[in-house]
Amino acid sequence: MKIKSSFLLLISFFQFWIYAQEEVKKVTHDFELELEGEYRYFYKDALFEGQKDHFPSLGITPEYSLEWNKGYESINFKGFFRLDVDDERTHWDIRELYYQKAKNNWEFSLGLKKVYWGVTESNHIVDIINQTDAVETFDGEEKLGQPMAQFTWITEKYGSFDFFYLPYHRKRTFSGRKGRLRFPVVIDKDDLAYESSAEEWRQDVAFRWKHYFSIFDIGLSHFYGTGREPLFTFDTAGNINAFYPVINQTGLDLQITHNAFLWKLESIYRHADTQDFFALVAGLEYTFSNIDGNGLDIGVLGEYLYDERDELAINALQNDVFFGSRIAFNDTKDTSILIGGIADLESSSKIFSLEASRRFGNTWTAEIEARVFSKIDTNEFILSNFSEDSFLRISISKYF
Amino acid sequence: MKKLILVGIALLSITTITAQSAEERGLQIANEADKADQGFNSSIVNLKMTLKNKNGQTSERLLITRTLEQSDDGDKSMIVFNSPKDVKGTSTLTFTHKIGSDDQWLFLPSIKRVKRISSNNKSGPFVGSEFAYEDLSSQEVEKYAYKFLEEKGNLLVVEQDPVDPKSGYTRRIVTYNKDKAYRLEKVEFYDRKNSLLKTLTYSDYKLYKGKFWRALTMNMVNHQSNKETQLKFTDYNFESELSEDDFTQVALKRAGK
Repeated sequence: MKIKSSFLLLISFFQFWIYAQEEVKKVTHDFELELEGEYRYFYKDALFEGQKDHFPSLGITPEYSLEWNKGYESINFKGFFRLDVDDERTHWDIRELYYQKAKNNWEFSLGLKKVYWGVTESNHIVDIINQTDAVETFDGEEKLGQPMAQFTWITEKYGSFDFFYLPYHRKRTFSGRKGRLRFPVVIDKDDLAYESSAEEWRQDVAFRWKHYFSIFDIGLSHFYGTGREPLFTFDTAGNINAFYPVINQTGLDLQITHNAFLWKLESIYRHADTQDFFALVAGLEYTFSNIDGNGLDIGVLGEYLYDERDELAINALQNDVFFGSRIAFNDTKDTSILIGGIADLESSSKIFSLEASRRFGNTWTAEIEARVFSKIDTNEFILSNFSEDSFLRISISKYF
Repeated sequence: MKKLILVGIALLSITTITAQSAEERGLQIANEADKADQGFNSSIVNLKMTLKNKNGQTSERLLITRTLEQSDDGDKSMIVFNSPKDVKGTSTLTFTHKIGSDDQWLFLPSIKRVKRISSNNKSGPFVGSEFAYEDLSSQEVEKYAYKFLEEKGNLLVVEQDPVDPKSGYTRRIVTYNKDKAYRLEKVEFYDRKNSLLKTLTYSDYKLYKGKFWRALTMNMVNHQSNKETQLKFTDYNFESELSEDDFTQVALKRAGK
């Protein structure tokens, strides 16, 4: 928590500094608050002892931003707190707390921040800057705030160049004893060791080049540091030993936007002393737009997922196909539905999902989510533990 | 007799001139309107969008639009949503092109993702409103074929036929005001079945920098669904001196946050 208090110091310093400036009159404040009530119901009997079926939960997301210098300088904060039946899912985080300055063709950020890389929908393999807040969502799209210094240099002809200095590693969250979507042995995130002797304080770096020309959008990235995914190994007695390895990961993301077609490719090569592998996600998205003349859009998605790690792939997507459909009504309530399924090409394992959302009034939203694990192969190293963890989730949010 | 023939020839030539020039005059008016609005460089404006359904129930969206003028291609624009609050920060960056499809990126603030999106969907509604994407994109002369219809006092009425087959319209009937730098007063939209779909009226015009007319109110009525969308513009800023650096994917993320 040392790091968090030093950021609080930093923010008060910058606040003082702003008021010392002449641009004082142009400072704008913005405060937002989201309160979320959530209910998750796992309708099958639990596989492991202690696991619950019903998970009522509460989420709080406050956001605050301070802007000056015509918006070219700002301080941004986004906090998060969740209260849940599972003690490990009850957690808080500083998603963002950073100072940012932009001038002409460069931008600089300092603090805890979230950065997203990639183009595909079913899996996000290139995206590596932030640790996954794995207890939050099954799709892994919720992330923990990452301490960083980020410098971006933008050129008109050669695209943008991002340089990241990442001084601190954050450990992945895991479900507790009462939680679902876990292994038979409850993993305490603090029990996971590091390959680096500097542990979480290993000084990591990353680089990304992003450019577009006509219908092509391309990103090339490299990360050198402690990986975000723990590596699981077994000793002769069958005990799980998990640690965070030091990795070099090179990533490529490419999208071709041609009429209503989006062609997508993400690919990584990861090297560590104990592991080398290649993975890719490739696919397309096609949207039939304004079908009824009232704004109804139906998109169809298809992606192929490959991971050389085979059954040791933590996400269990080693040779799979994803099919999905995105339905957007484009109505005043922003009603949208995403349905999909991932099927393993080498076994019977399938995961089906449905996500739907809409707005009520001006300040309420409702979301429904379902994940169904079907015919999970008992030989699946990771996924077999989740075979009874199909669930329904409903959440209602109020925005202030 | 000779006179009569001469008059006849003169009449004939007048009619051929007008017959030939309905297209030319239409194009000429569009060019005049385009020229009159050249040189604004950049602008920032706040926009309140009020959506009204057929029962009179309303909902609102607040957004900020930044525009950067381009001399040899379509304009660049960035739209940032401020409300409803669940979509606050959602932003789009659009590079319009005089010829061919526009380039467009969407920023989703919840996951900080910038996504290149297809600009194929021209006829679909913008955020549930009565404005289609093509109604709000930069109006480039090259996007239509023109036909001058009539002159009513200071008003010039021109038919515009979209060049792009993906457009939701067969034609638009556009009324220009030639005494006010060819500003638009009214646009009538005819759907693909050639029946009247919508009428857009411009009002509360204000002159900026002594040259640029901007309507502070735009009202779109859909005659087929009886729904309406009103746009109210406030705080037009032509002094912001935005540059190319403010219209990049990096700037899009910064604007949406």
